[in-house]
Amino acid sequence: MEWIVPFILTVITASTPLLLAATGELVTEKSGVLNLGVEGMMLVGAIAGFAVTASSGSATLGILAAVVAGTLMSLIFAFLTLTLMANQVATGLALTIFGVGFSALVGSGFVGFAIEPLPGLSIPGISAIPIVGPILFGQDFLVYLSIAAVIGVGWFLAKSRAGLVLKAVGDSHHSAHAIGYSVIKIRYLATMFGGAMAGLGGAYLSLSYTPMWAENMTAGRGWIALALVVFATWRPGRLVAGAYMFGLISVMQLHAQGAGIHVPSQFMSMLPYLATVIVLVIISSDRAKIRLNAPACIGQAFRAAQ
Amino acid sequence: MVRLEPRRQHSQAMVYLSPVLAILMTLVVGGIIFAFLGKNPFDALYTFFILPINNSYGISELLVKATPLVIIAVGLAMGFRANVWNIGAEGQLTMGAIFGGGLALYFHDSESILLMPAMFVLGALGGAFWGAIPALLRTRFNANEILTSLMLTYVATLFLSFLVHGPWRNPEGFNFPESRPFPDAGLLPIIYDGTRVHLGTAVAVFVVIAGWLLLSKSVIGFQLRVVGKAPQAARHVGFRQKRMVWFTLLLGGALAGLAGLFEVAGPIGQLQPSISPGYGFTAIIVAFLGRLHPVGILFGGLIMALTYLGGELAQITLGLPNAVTGLFQGILLFFLLACDVLTKYRIRFGSIAAKGRTA
Repeated sequence: MEWIVPFILTVITASTPLLLAATGELVTEKSGVLNLGVEGMMLVGAIAGFAVTASSGSATLGILAAVVAGTLMSLIFAFLTLTLMANQVATGLALTIFGVGFSALVGSGFVGFAIEPLPGLSIPGISAIPIVGPILFGQDFLVYLSIAAVIGVGWFLAKSRAGLVLKAVGDSHHSAHAIGYSVIKIRYLATMFGGAMAGLGGAYLSLSYTPMWAENMTAGRGWIALALVVFATWRPGRLVAGAYMFGLISVMQLHAQGAGIHVPSQFMSMLPYLATVIVLVIISSDRAKIRLNAPACIGQAFRAAQ
Repeated sequence: MVRLEPRRQHSQAMVYLSPVLAILMTLVVGGIIFAFLGKNPFDALYTFFILPINNSYGISELLVKATPLVIIAVGLAMGFRANVWNIGAEGQLTMGAIFGGGLALYFHDSESILLMPAMFVLGALGGAFWGAIPALLRTRFNANEILTSLMLTYVATLFLSFLVHGPWRNPEGFNFPESRPFPDAGLLPIIYDGTRVHLGTAVAVFVVIAGWLLLSKSVIGFQLRVVGKAPQAARHVGFRQKRMVWFTLLLGGALAGLAGLFEVAGPIGQLQPSISPGYGFTAIIVAFLGRLHPVGILFGGLIMALTYLGGELAQITLGLPNAVTGLFQGILLFFLLACDVLTKYRIRFGSIAAKGRTA
């Protein structure tokens, strides 16, 4: 049974970037904005975090840089879609294409650099407890943050007044505008939160998961995060289950060989993508459930009548 | 203060002007980026956009690169018009190459003139098959085609990698992950001696004309135009959304598959793990640059092909990373989408109050 602890640890590592990015996108979508640029924002966050950490030696500065970079990316998106009312789907695609190119350009100077991975929590005595210690008390800062963020977002959307306003904007922007809320401002903020979280998800990949920089290192995780939001039917609690299920699926290939399963590696690598398709089909086919939970105004441009 | 004021009618002039404006703005931003990278912006822009096509071989290479972009973008544009967001053309391209290329490998000692037409058919079928999956999942299970078509791209790329590393690896090769070279009967004829311009380029021109006719003369083309402009009206007159989804994904898939076949039966000549530098994704930009119109796409394809050639040249002569190409493509799409606002809105300076006083 000694494989079980390392196994659970790799599942946590694979799930965290998905959870961070999906939590941010959930808030963005709840406000009625569909930002398909998660992949691009994650990549730019990953390189910003890595470049600053490698240059300054401070992972704290690196994480902050990733948040700023992700937020700036989301601001490009927000300006185009919210201020200029460009098509959200096309703009999201553009953000990803831009992010892939921009991160590769900045990152070309950082390929092959090595950094110290983010340090894990270390509580004398407690972190050393067998099994429970390393899993619950030996993780790095971003893992705890990902869980805290989901809980925080869950509380925010369900209990806080600001959360109710955000949902109102996402469900009926004209009514929200009529009772005096600034639809555009609220959507800007929600989109920026999504960008910051995607930046963190990217930083987790380059600072902790690998830790290094490689072109296109997100490998579709931004898109899987988008699918997770649908999977969770826009409810934060189910996001955790979804992210950890995908983390589990994506590390299976690492452990399959060890377990004596001889399937060509390419087929094992297909699993997360195939699982995404299957999960989308199962969740989406329940149309009533989607209609009940999806923000009614998602993807629609808003222009106040003058 | 800057305000947007809706136009009563879409500005026809802006429909044509906004791509030109977007290209100019991209060049300015590109120059600034080059300056940041420590290059003389004018030299760099010259290397990127003029040098690659200042000789006849360069122009022929431009046609080679534009061929897959134009073929794919014509198909994608039909879908985008009807709000069907197929972004998995890269995967459909890969499946077309696998299906059509697989036939050439199966008949690797064939000299039959029937091989090439059969590869055309299988290439298109392979792409259409890969496009049919998101169509089925969207129409039958309501699953978002953006995510499913993209996920299937990763699956197709991994499947090709499996084939060339495993069962389809060249038995007479040196253990490299690549297939046998295709037989001569399975290679596209060169239509201009001394270049790599192949039959596929002629097909691309045909696709543009056929796409134009389809859009302007056929019933389904009319429906595509209406659905894009007025989805609610389209629903009232009873246009069936499901039919649009199937039609555009099958057509887009078939064209992408054909483009993939042309790559492996043309410039590449065999199957290998990487058969496209992201043509399927760049074609999305080509479609927008061409205003979702086949003739516009022809120009858009040539311009985007130039960014590939310029990127390669800038890498060799200026030592710039190849990623600059992707960066340019992304920025161009940003500016295109931003400039589109000008077709629907007028930009007004001054506040609403000021307007009230003058009125």
